[in-house]
Amino acid sequence: MTTAASAARSVLGRVTLRPARLRRRWVLAGLLAVVAAVTAGLAIGPVAVSPAELGRDLLGLHTHLSVQQIAIVEQIRLPRVVLGLLVGATLSISGASYQGAFRNPLADPYLLGAAAGAGLGVTIVIAGNADGSPTPVGAPLAAFLGALIAVSLAYGLGSAGGGRASTASLILSGVAVASFLTAVQTYVQQRNQDTIRQVYSWILGRLSSAGWHEVLILLPYAVLSWIVLLGHRRILDVLAVGDDEASTLGINARRSRLIVVVAASLGTAAAVSVSGLIAFVGIIVPHTVRLLAGHSYRVVLPLSLLFGAAFLCLTDLLARTMSSPAEIPIGVVTAFLGAPFFIVVLRSSRRFGMTS
Amino acid sequence: MIGCAGVTVTLGNRVVLSGIDLDVERGQWLSVVGPNGAGKSTLLRFIAGLVTGAGTLHLHGRPAAALPRRRRAQLVALVPQAPVIPAGARVLDYVLLGRTPHIGALGVEGPHDLAAVHDALSHLELLDFADRVVGTLSGGERQRVLIARALAQGSPIVLLDEPTTALDVGHQQQVLELIDRLRHEHHLTVVTTMHDLTLAGQYAERLVLLDGGRIVVDGPASEVLTEANLALYYGARVRIIHDGDRPAVLPLREKRVHD
Repeated sequence: MTTAASAARSVLGRVTLRPARLRRRWVLAGLLAVVAAVTAGLAIGPVAVSPAELGRDLLGLHTHLSVQQIAIVEQIRLPRVVLGLLVGATLSISGASYQGAFRNPLADPYLLGAAAGAGLGVTIVIAGNADGSPTPVGAPLAAFLGALIAVSLAYGLGSAGGGRASTASLILSGVAVASFLTAVQTYVQQRNQDTIRQVYSWILGRLSSAGWHEVLILLPYAVLSWIVLLGHRRILDVLAVGDDEASTLGINARRSRLIVVVAASLGTAAAVSVSGLIAFVGIIVPHTVRLLAGHSYRVVLPLSLLFGAAFLCLTDLLARTMSSPAEIPIGVVTAFLGAPFFIVVLRSSRRFGMTS
Repeated sequence: MIGCAGVTVTLGNRVVLSGIDLDVERGQWLSVVGPNGAGKSTLLRFIAGLVTGAGTLHLHGRPAAALPRRRRAQLVALVPQAPVIPAGARVLDYVLLGRTPHIGALGVEGPHDLAAVHDALSHLELLDFADRVVGTLSGGERQRVLIARALAQGSPIVLLDEPTTALDVGHQQQVLELIDRLRHEHHLTVVTTMHDLTLAGQYAERLVLLDGGRIVVDGPASEVLTEANLALYYGARVRIIHDGDRPAVLPLREKRVHD
């Protein structure tokens, strides 16, 4: 056998056991991906900036960049890149956490209706706040309420008739809840003609921001949800054996699931409130991480955070350069990549008997 | 070690267990037998704390109702009949889950936990399987992994729900011999539910026969597995063959008159 365990057999006859833990090389790979994405996001655009000069500028050294170039990098691209990192990291770790909490490989902020609920919450706030400011400060909380209501509805309807919601019924009821909330959202939008353009451009998903305003709105909620979710990464591995077995292992499954779902919904809601509806990130990133680095949530959650940040940053780069000078909504780009990916996950999860 | 007094469990509006009085001594192997729907699994689930009911349960001399969930998990391990195996889980990580009641809510496993997992894997000759994915193992290997998880849990009481159901006769014997060896080496109190009466009688020191949620016979195999009892409670026509003091149950086919 050439397994790591037997290769590591020591002279004492004991085997060195290597449980699923975050390996340093994967953290390094994740950090490298983030640095590469940030560099590309800052350097590429209508006004090209060389990465070397970029590095000197960010480190506060003397550069050969023009005042105009510095302004573009620091005031336009940098806030947008940072916003992309935060939104991508949050949507990915939330998606991975929903998948663990519901023991369902297809759970995703978008498919569970959380994003639609958050969208309704934000629409109501924007409609009631016609002064035209980019993102009202109350938006994340309204989005959070909307998201929690949506997830509770989806889970409640999906498990109606007793037992835990199966993959199919959870996703179907999530789709139904999302459609219903989107209809309500459209109604509210149409009733408020003065803000309709603002809502419409937001709902398609966009990272264009006015300076650091959106970043500052999102940051506290995002960091709070990351801390709670990362703290539960080992508990999510225990929840994977089902509520009964988790209970005989000393875990209060219902309470742990509730905490995880609330934290993931908070993160999702805050991300949606600044960036609109960006679908499939919560499926693409965690499943790619699983494929590469293993299934344990101790690995999946932190790596989803890093690779999710890099992924959305690069996706945004695509969205704003593909048909430059026009911009494609980033939600359109992620859906374009995500829909085929979703089919692959659906097929493989059926093969592994994860759907029921 | 385990003390049930007047235990009655109602699920929906069906009384599944009724007035169960049962004491299991430390180190004993008790096998719960009975026809389908007699309440065998529910009794195990009640002891594990997965269903609640009227009456009292003492574990280790302490009322179970007063035990925090974690403390209870340190006392009782359950090997379910149809466990949920997480997709992609390796043997090592799955057995490590058994250490959950010993690890703080937000902590990670320490060297002591890994040593316990190492011992459990080595007792069950699974060290070479540590990196294998549980879902790809054969039925017998998987049953050993489940027992390893319960052993790593370090609980003095181990409950096994139908541990041999999916196994062929050779693997059934291997698994039961293994449980018996571990029981002696680790001074475990073992309670199993069993469909196979002969195997139950071969291994358990004491049998409890449940029927309609009540204990109807309680004693050594030779007293419980009688032709009269099996006819009365199972509606079965059997012959009991004695191999030493251990009875074996031989089902008989009804004689038909051929023309």
